[in-house]
This record gives sequence, structure tokens and C-alpha cells, in this order.
Amino acid sequence: MPVKQITVFLENKCGRLASVARAIGDEGINIRAFSVADTTDFGILRLIVNKPDRAYEVLRNGKFTVRMTEVIAVQIPDHPGGLADVLDLMKEAGINIEYLYAFVTKVSGDALAVFRVENIEEAEQLMIDKGIKVLSGEEVYAL
Amino acid sequence: MAHYWNKEIECMPREKLRSLQEKRLQQTVSRVYENVPFYRDAFDKIGLKPDDIKSLDDLKKLPFTNKDDLRDNYPYGLFAVPLSEVIRLHASSGTTGKPTVVGYTRQDIRSWAEVMARSLSCCGANKNSKIQNAYGYGLFTGGLGVHYGAELIGASVIPVSGGHSRRQIMLMKDFGSTILTCTPSYALHLSDVMKEMGVSKDELCLEAGLFGAEPWSLNLRDQIEKRLGIIALDIYGLSEVIGPGVAVECPVKEGLHIWEDHFLAEIVDPETGEQLPPGSYGELVITTLTKEALPMIRYRTRDITRIIPEEGCPCGRTHMKIDRFQGRTDDMLVIRGVNVFPSQIEEVLFRISHTEPYYMIYVDRREQLDELEVWVEVSDEVFSDEVRKLESLEREIRKEIEVVLGINVKVKLVEPKSIERFEGKSKRVIDRRSL
Ligand SMILES: [Zn+2]
Repeated sequence: MPVKQITVFLENKCGRLASVARAIGDEGINIRAFSVADTTDFGILRLIVNKPDRAYEVLRNGKFTVRMTEVIAVQIPDHPGGLADVLDLMKEAGINIEYLYAFVTKVSGDALAVFRVENIEEAEQLMIDKGIKVLSGEEVYAL
Repeated sequence: MAHYWNKEIECMPREKLRSLQEKRLQQTVSRVYENVPFYRDAFDKIGLKPDDIKSLDDLKKLPFTNKDDLRDNYPYGLFAVPLSEVIRLHASSGTTGKPTVVGYTRQDIRSWAEVMARSLSCCGANKNSKIQNAYGYGLFTGGLGVHYGAELIGASVIPVSGGHSRRQIMLMKDFGSTILTCTPSYALHLSDVMKEMGVSKDELCLEAGLFGAEPWSLNLRDQIEKRLGIIALDIYGLSEVIGPGVAVECPVKEGLHIWEDHFLAEIVDPETGEQLPPGSYGELVITTLTKEALPMIRYRTRDITRIIPEEGCPCGRTHMKIDRFQGRTDDMLVIRGVNVFPSQIEEVLFRISHTEPYYMIYVDRREQLDELEVWVEVSDEVFSDEVRKLESLEREIRKEIEVVLGINVKVKLVEPKSIERFEGKSKRVIDRRSL
């Protein structure tokens, strides 16, 4: 039960990020987490929202280049080195992380992070085996 | 299976065609000398008499006609018949100042319909066809040119003209149009709009399209053919010569047959004006052989192509073939001393197949150095959530263009639909150099 992530292509022009946020905001869609990766020319906006399918549709119709990707949401234990432990586990298991970013909200005091990995099932299983909580899509959208 | 409109002429033996051309060339030369002061002066200036033109080899003795000559003699100065004989006037859009005016006698309109009927037949048109003509009707020759040819064949013409893309698609679907005629960029645009409307090509009855009025790449052809599920052929013409129907691609897709019983073609060096042998790229020059109202002697088309040296086409037509157009002498950009045609960049973008074929070329000069920047729209197909994949796409495009052009370029990925769609001739180049 991976989490659906919306990715949007952005030119590095004034106001493009705002227009994406406005487009989905007007539809009553809430942003749960986001990150922007940018180069000198363009940016990639990644979003976790409460209604991913609807957000995808809205942005498509708004003439954005959009892509839906699957990611996993991992609950990072709230103590020093919590994130490092998770990263080490993945490294040892040979799981390659393309990118990760943090959630805006916390769950019962713990931080949440989004991981984009090649093999989602493998990563999920690993976290579960090691006793680290992975949130389902439904849990994330309902936050 | 070849499909001819006028088999006797289209498959005429070369020898016979040549003597027909010689006879008609002599008639045209005499007629312009007698009736057009501009040509009489031009001949007299170089001491040329109509009798000096005995064979096609003498063609190179004749003076050229340029677009400026039409403008200088605006509006009717080059007409070879009194206006009482003229039944139609068209005008080409001049980017600066006055347009150029062209006239047709009743016989000219018949000749034009004849060459258009042959051209439409090349893409399979017959009296059962429903031809959706999305070329603009009006002063531009595209609309009415196709229209008269289609009527001569006896096809059902749908004179929808350009624009109103959603309505075009609705009509195409409801009327069961079998042939589409428009500019290639508009055909591509229509396929985009179909996608937006959720109309699949299987809901249409389209079989073929005849696209022209701007140069287009083989890859653009592939895109149009795939998206619309048709065979797409190239048609060439220009109003100064007659309009669409000067040359057309046959289904063999290895060049465009010039209707040589009406138009005599040669290739010259755009700089020196010297005639070039078959196979060499240069500027296409056309002499009309049957035009009454506005005969043209060695008209400089500014279009870059070559005569295909091999004779005999598998389609059975004997008329000479010219290659697909490389661009126009005036589209040609000189970047750091290198000749660049936008079509070369287009070819590359299509080859890196995932890329939507929408792009703009910007030329700047910084510190005495020309800079070429290509903006390419990112399509859904090629978009990735990973920065490095997009960066490597950008790099791939840049490298490929550099290999083809031999000069350094910059490539910038831009958002979809940020580049304007053109319904007529595409304008892909913005040259911001102040020379
Ligand atoms: Zn042929």
C-alpha cells in the first residue's frame, strides 16, 4: 500500500509554484508534504496530498506536465539518530534511495519522511521486519 | 497500386515530355516578350531574343524573376493578359509593405484544378472521397486551390477553412471525412486537440492527408501518421507560380513529382545563380509553361531542395522528383558562419522520440559571438520525477543537435503548451541579434 506522489514539472519562472498550489487549493485539496528539486533551468515539485487522483486530474487539465509516482511514508523514531538508523538499514539492504523529504505533520510525536526507492515492496518489508512503522496511502491521505 | 488522375500525362515518356516542354517554353518566352514590358526590357538589356531559346539547354540564358520584381510591379505590372481576361486574383501576405498579387485566366484556373486533381489522386482521392479542406480560404491560394482540384475529381469537399479546431474534429467525425488537407503543423495541432477531447483516431474515417505550405520533417510525418492513423504526403506550391499543386509526393515517399508539363524546374546556387547539376542542393527555380495571366520566367522560389538524380519512380509517374525541402533561403540562419536550418533541429527532436515536437529557437549575440538556444517542451511521456533523468534528456538533445549542426547550442526544457501553437506557417525562430 504505497503512497501516491504527484510530481509536476516547473520552469524556473516567477509564480509557477504558486499557481500549482492555487490550482489544487481551489479544489479543496490539502498538501501533506512537498519538496522542490531544482536546477538552474527547471524544477520538479513533488507533492503528497489528501486526494492524489483528484489533484492529478486538476493539474493535467491545468496544462501542467504531471506524473504520478509511488513512494513510501516511513515513521522516523523521534530520538537523535532516528533518521540515520533508517538510512543505515536501507543501505545495508542495498536499497537505493533516489530522494527523500520530510512531512509537514508529525504522527504521535514521530516525524514522517517520504522515500522514493526503486523497489518499494522490498523497502516496505525491510521497515516492517525492523519494527519501523510504514504508513499506508489511506493513513497518509487521512492525516 | 498507383492511382492516377491523368495517366497519359503523368506517365508520359521523358522524350515526349521534353519536347512538349520545349514547345511550351518557346511559346511562354515569346508571349512575355510581346506582352510584359518588364520582361521585354530584361531581355533587351542582355540582348536576348525569344528565338534564341531553342531548347531546354537555353533556359540558363534567361533572366531570373524575384519576389521583389512582383512587388515593384504591384499590382498588375507583370500580367501578360488584359484584366478583362482575368477571372481571379489572389495575394500573398507580404511581411513588409505591399502584398504580391497574382491573377488567373479561366484557362489558368483549369490548369490549376488539373494539377491539384493529380496531386489529390496521389494520396488516393477519388469521387467517393470526403475531403476536409482546412487550408485557409481567401486571398491565400491554399483553400481554393485544393477546393477546385477536389471538385474536378468529383469528391465531396468540406470547405471548413482553417481554425476552430474542436469543430474541425467534430465535423471529421460526423461527416466521415476521408482526406484532410492543411499545414502539417496544424494537422499535429488537431491531433493534440483530439487527445484533449478524448477522440481516438479509430472514431474517424481518415485515410490520408495532403499537407503543405511549410517545410516539415520526416519525423513530423511519422507523428501525424501515427496519431491520425493516415498516410501523410507532402504537397508543394507557391502563389507566384500557381498555388498548391506545383509538386506532390507520391505514396513511394521518396520525393515530390513536379508536374513538368506545366512547370519547368531547375536548381541554382542561391549565391551565384549558377545552375546546379541533379543531386546538388540549392534554390528551386521555376518557369511556368502554361500560365496565361502571370507567366513566370525563372522564378526564384527561395526554397532549398535538390533534383533527385534517379529517373523512374516505382509509382509509374515519369515527372521528375525533387527532394523534401530543407528550408528557405530566408529561413537559413547563419550562426558563427555555419548554415543552420530549423528543420535540422526538428529532425533531432523527433529522433529523441519521447519529446513533443514543440520548440523555439532563439538566436542572440553576446560579445561578438552568436548563441543558439533551443527551448523544448517537456511531454508527459518523457517527464520524470528525478532531476538527473531530465538533465540527461537535456544533455542528449544538446549533444545530438551539436552533432548535426557542428556548433554549440544551449537547450532549455520548458513547460507544455508554453510554446504558441500555430495554425498557419510556423514561426520557430526568434533572431535577437542586432547586426
Ligand atoms: Zn512516384
